Amino acid sequence: MMADAHIYGPDSIMLDLEDSVTMAEKDAARLLVHNALKTIDFGNTEMVVRINPLNTPYGKKDVEAVVKAGVQVIRMPKTETAEEVKELEAEILKVEEEIGAVGRTRIMAAIESALGIVNAYAIATASPRMMGIALGAEDYSANLKTNRTPGGAELLLAREQIVVAARAAGICCFDTVYSNLDDMETFRKEVELIKTLGFDGKSIINPRQIEVVNSVFTPTEKEINKARAVVAAIKEAQAKGSGVIAVNGKMVDRPVVLRAERTIALAVAAGVISEEEL
Amino acid sequence: MRNSKVVTLEEAIKRSGLRDGMTISFHHHFRGGDKVVNLVVDKLAQMGFKDLKLAASSLSDVHAPLVEHIKNGVITGISTSGLRGTLADAISHGLMKEPVVFRSHGGRGSAIANGELKIDVAFLGASSADELGNACGFSRSENAKSICGSLGYALPDARYAKHVVVLTDDLVEYPNMPQSISAADVESVVVVDSVGDSSKIAAGAIRDSKNPRDILLAKQAAKVIINSGYFEDGFSIQTGTGGASLAAVKYIREEMINRGIKASFALGGITAHMVKLHEEGLIGKLIDVQSFDKVAAESIKNDPYHQEVSAVEYASGQHLGSATHALDIVILSALEVDTQFNVNVLVGSDGIIRGAIGGHQDTAADSALSIIVCPLLRGRIPCVVPKVTTLITPGKSVDVVVTEYGIAVNPARPEIAERLAAAGLKLVPIEDLAAKATSIIGTPDPLPFGDQVVGVVMNRDGSVLDKIYNIQ
Repeated sequence: MMADAHIYGPDSIMLDLEDSVTMAEKDAARLLVHNALKTIDFGNTEMVVRINPLNTPYGKKDVEAVVKAGVQVIRMPKTETAEEVKELEAEILKVEEEIGAVGRTRIMAAIESALGIVNAYAIATASPRMMGIALGAEDYSANLKTNRTPGGAELLLAREQIVVAARAAGICCFDTVYSNLDDMETFRKEVELIKTLGFDGKSIINPRQIEVVNSVFTPTEKEINKARAVVAAIKEAQAKGSGVIAVNGKMVDRPVVLRAERTIALAVAAGVISEEEL
Repeated sequence: MRNSKVVTLEEAIKRSGLRDGMTISFHHHFRGGDKVVNLVVDKLAQMGFKDLKLAASSLSDVHAPLVEHIKNGVITGISTSGLRGTLADAISHGLMKEPVVFRSHGGRGSAIANGELKIDVAFLGASSADELGNACGFSRSENAKSICGSLGYALPDARYAKHVVVLTDDLVEYPNMPQSISAADVESVVVVDSVGDSSKIAAGAIRDSKNPRDILLAKQAAKVIINSGYFEDGFSIQTGTGGASLAAVKYIREEMINRGIKASFALGGITAHMVKLHEEGLIGKLIDVQSFDKVAAESIKNDPYHQEVSAVEYASGQHLGSATHALDIVILSALEVDTQFNVNVLVGSDGIIRGAIGGHQDTAADSALSIIVCPLLRGRIPCVVPKVTTLITPGKSVDVVVTEYGIAVNPARPEIAERLAAAGLKLVPIEDLAAKATSIIGTPDPLPFGDQVVGVVMNRDGSVLDKIYNIQ
């Protein structure tokens, strides 16, 4: 599975050293992940490794192994404060200096507790290496003393807080996994919800979920055409030196243009239009 | 009843005139549940026969007891479509002096029809039979025990063997009609406790695969079909029973509904998936040489547009009336494909026989579009290789190879490559797929083959395609 996970077309692959690995297997898993990163051709897929927390006996060894293997992003579990991010940053820098690759590794922080949600903005801005923050819903809902529900009411504040913090910090935000593989219907509803909330994407646990996420996040032909009309009109207006434009009789202002540009960027990322076409 | 042909097995054998050195035949419609081969050969051994040639339409894991009969000289020759399990392992290691002759289903049908494969006594298991020998692969009685559906692979034997013995565990009242095997071809009827273990003959409807690799392969195969130029109203199709094949049917069905397209027929081994499309009106007729599950076996009994055909009518290369000549699209699997598009479905990458030719050669050769669906890697075994271990289906009959790492089109079919590329499918040269496999798992050591020929692979026209050597 590890060797050919990329054939299913995910944007990123996250290899786990944390909760899915038992204590007895931590060293073997670290070695395996290190060698996988170094030897397997994952194509253009972004490689992420979830490490053990730094306050465990494994965290620092994990950082060393994966940074040396050239991982693009380290996912930091159970992040609660900006200081923890800074501590990880220092560990990463130490290894990067040793191998002469300073600044190569970025950080994604998983927020999985009430304290982490309260500190979301501070975490998101704790390091220039921060590329995104993500919700870990199982630990979070346990910490809230509630349960996960199909509608996700218990996660609403956390989700909104993460999106707002990420946007304020100018980084990405990712929603938590959905683990019932046999209920694609509820999964799709959840993806639609988090897209509406503003998330950039969602963690998944099986290749079968990729198609649903992609189909929800891929703009429709109608959306793409509308976005193209807006972008074309603004270019024309700029050429004429005019600040205000109208498309189909409606005034187009800056937020509309930004949204149109994002729609086109998503369409290119999803492969439904090519960059040459633009 | 007057003129009843019902006798004991021993009596049937005595009446048949069977002598040492003659050829006996069997069909494999009871698949892994078959009890007929072992029952009959045990009896023949007990009666003191030696040097018999066994011509089966296929053999599987359940026929391991033949190893002893080979050692004791009861069986000295075998022809079959495939071998699996202990028997295959022993033969691969040099158990038999005389090489096993492997033929495709169509090739066997042709060989029987044209006299190249002469059968002295056919022992044909049936799910129901009357006292005169009208026999079926299903039963209309309440005592039905061992249902297999079509008896297509047994029909050439029934028609051309010098002597035919039907064995059944469900003797029904005359007339057991409409029938698959006609009483006119049958000399004796033997009633046995069981012709097969029904739980191993046919599964219920096979569940859809949840294996993401199968799903990926299926989607790619479906895209190839849909954009091949052959996916138009009135097309015809054959698929296998692997997870990817069955899942592909699901995606093809969706697209048929979207475009308002119907298929004229589905051919070959029929599954519940195909029966469903037929019952929905998406496939006009089912042409069934082998019913793969209980749903298909029930359907062939009840539905006049679900038609049983013999192996000759199905896939003979020498009979222009065979159905494969009218087939548009076939999806096939492979153990190995090489950079010449040659396919091996018989011998594993460990040199041990573990498969069957089946209708592979026949459908690949006759169909308008043949698609091989196989993973690039099975664990640490590469499936796209520089050269196949054993040649079963020549590359000139193979049009498209679908793997999870990319789709390769045979350069002999540039028009298909053009259509697929126009539809946005990413095509790769097959050499790149082989190189990719090598880059991931390296080059395996050569297999330690000896110099004893243990198998001969026949082409469907009766010529020799390849030899299989003993593995050490």
